[in-house]
Amino acid sequence: MGLGVLALAEFIGVIIAFFWPRKPKTAEGGFGDIIVAGQVDAFPLNTVTAFPMGHFYLCRLEDGGFLALSRKCTHLGCTVPWMEEDRKFVCPCHSSAFDMRGNVINTPAPRALDLYVISIENNMVKVNTGQRIKRTEFRAEQVTYPKDV
Amino acid sequence: MNKAVSKREEPIAKERGYSHGPGRGVFDNLILHIHPRTVPEQTLKFTLTWGLGGMAVLLVLLQITTGLLLMLVYEPSPSKAYESILILQNDVVFGQYIRNIHYWSANLLVIVVFLHLLRVYFTGAFYRPRRFNWILGSCLLFFVLASNFTGYLLPWDQLAFWAITICTGMFEYIPGLGMWLQKAIRGGTEVGSSTLLIFFTIHTSIIPFCLILFMAFHFWHVRRAGGVVIPKRRDEEQEIEPNYVDTIPNLVFRELAVALVLIAFISVFSIFFDVSLADHANPGMSPNPTKAPWYFAGIQEMLLHIHPLFAVFIIPAAVLLGLMILPYLPYQTHAAGIWFVSRAGRKTAILGAVVALVLTPTLIILDEFVVHINAGSSGISPAVSHGLLPTFLLLGAVIIFYLLVRKRFSATRNESVQAVFVMLMVAFVLMTLTCALFRGEGMKLMWPW
Repeated sequence: MGLGVLALAEFIGVIIAFFWPRKPKTAEGGFGDIIVAGQVDAFPLNTVTAFPMGHFYLCRLEDGGFLALSRKCTHLGCTVPWMEEDRKFVCPCHSSAFDMRGNVINTPAPRALDLYVISIENNMVKVNTGQRIKRTEFRAEQVTYPKDV
Repeated sequence: MNKAVSKREEPIAKERGYSHGPGRGVFDNLILHIHPRTVPEQTLKFTLTWGLGGMAVLLVLLQITTGLLLMLVYEPSPSKAYESILILQNDVVFGQYIRNIHYWSANLLVIVVFLHLLRVYFTGAFYRPRRFNWILGSCLLFFVLASNFTGYLLPWDQLAFWAITICTGMFEYIPGLGMWLQKAIRGGTEVGSSTLLIFFTIHTSIIPFCLILFMAFHFWHVRRAGGVVIPKRRDEEQEIEPNYVDTIPNLVFRELAVALVLIAFISVFSIFFDVSLADHANPGMSPNPTKAPWYFAGIQEMLLHIHPLFAVFIIPAAVLLGLMILPYLPYQTHAAGIWFVSRAGRKTAILGAVVALVLTPTLIILDEFVVHINAGSSGISPAVSHGLLPTFLLLGAVIIFYLLVRKRFSATRNESVQAVFVMLMVAFVLMTLTCALFRGEGMKLMWPW
C-alpha cells in the first residue's frame, strides 16, 4: 500500500516534471538577455522608442529619466502599440490604455505596464529583459537617470 | 475456425428471425457489446434524445479519422506549422477538404455536446441512478472543449496565436497556482515553440486517449442504468411497463440513419465553406479585435465588464461546481423522463429564459454606455468595484429570482432550480453571441453586418 502511494507520487512527479517550464534558451542580444539600447543622447526627451526584438519600449521622460516598459498588456498579454498622435499605448484586444509612464488610463487592465531593469554605464543604456518587474502604478523611484543629469 | 464461429452463432441469429451472411455475426456481436440485445420501444422515439449522444460519438470518430490524416502533413513547430497548413491546402489532394471536415465537425461537436447536456437535463435524465453519469458527461464536455482549444493554436496564424495568448493570459488571474499553470501550459513565459509542441501533444494523444476512456465509461453507465431515460407523460403517475424490442434492427437502423444524414450534411457543408487561414503569427502585433474561440467568448464578454479575478476564476468555478452538484441536490420529486419536470416547470423555465433575455442585453448596454466607474480616482480597489460588487449584485439577483419562483409560483425545488439553470444558460449563450458576433474593432459593440 505504502509502496503503491510512493509509485503513484513518483508517477505524478514525472508528469509534473515534464510540464515544468524549462529555462528558455536566450539568444545573445535577444529577448531574455541584457540588451544594449544605445547612447543616452540617442533618445530625445519625451519620446518612446520601440525595441521589437527585446519586447519592450524605452521611454525617455521630460526630465531625462528612462523607463523600459514591457509591451505586454497587463490584462491578458496582448502586444500594445504606441499611438504617437494620442501619446498613449492602446491595447487592440480590450482597449486598455496606458500613458507614457505605463499607468492605466483606461481599464480593463488591472495594473501599470511591467518594467524591465535599466542600467546606464558609460553613457550606454542597457535593459535587462530577463528580469520583469510587476507594479501597480508608476512611482518616481522607478525611473533611471543618467549619471551626469 | 471461421466455420466453428458461425456455427455457434447460428441459433442466436435464427432466434432473432433474420438471416445473415458470414461476417455479419461478428459485426452484430460488436454492436451488442455497446447496446443491449433489446431496448424499450418508447426510448426509440427521435424527439426523446434527438440522437444527440449518437451524433457526438460519430463526430468524435470523424475527428479521429480526419485528424490522423492531418497528422501525416502537419509539422508542430513555429517555423513549419503555418507552411505545412499551406502545403496541406494547396498541394495535398483533398487537403483543404479534410481540414474543413475536421474543423467544422469539431465546432459542431461543441454544439452537439452542449445540446446533449441540455437534453439530458430537461428530460430529467440526471436523477438517480444516472447521477454519476452526469459527472462523466461533464468531463467529456471538458475534454471536447480542451480538444477544440488546443487544436485552435495549431495553424499558427494570427487568429490562433492571439486567441491562445489571451486565453492562456486568463490563467494569470487564478490565485496561487495561476502563474505556474500558465507557464506550464505555455512551456515558458510566452506563447512559443514549447507551447505549440505541448498543445500538439495534448491535442493528438492525451485528449483522444482520455476521450475514448471516458466515453467507454459513459456508455457503460448508460447501460447500467438500463439504457436511456424512459419518457413519461406529465399526467402519468404510474410507471408503464416498457415494451422491449430487438436492438438490431430497431435501434441500430435509426442510429445509422442519423449518422448518414449527419455525414452527408458535413460533407456537403465542407465542400462549400472553406476554413480560413489568417496571416502567419506575429508576436509583435496583436490584431484588432482579438477574440477567444467562440465557445470561450462568453467568458471574454464577462471579462469586459467584471474584474478578471471574478470573470475568469470565481464565477466560472462557481458555475462549474453548481453544474457538478446539480444531480446531487435534495429534490422533492423524481421527475426522470418528463420534459421540464411538469407543466409548472415549463412555465417557470420560460420565465427564466425571458428574464435572461431581457436582463443580459440591458446590463451589457448599460455597462457599455451609461455606468462608468473610473478606476483609481474613486479610491476603491478595482477588485471590489469591478469584481466583488457586481458579483454580489448578480448573485443577489439570482437568489431573489429563485425565491420569487418558489413563492410566487409555489414551485418545487426541481422547478425552481431548473428556472435558474435556464436563466444562467440563456445568459451565457447571449454573452457568447454578443462577444462573438456583436463586437468589432476595439471590442466595441456593433452590428455584425
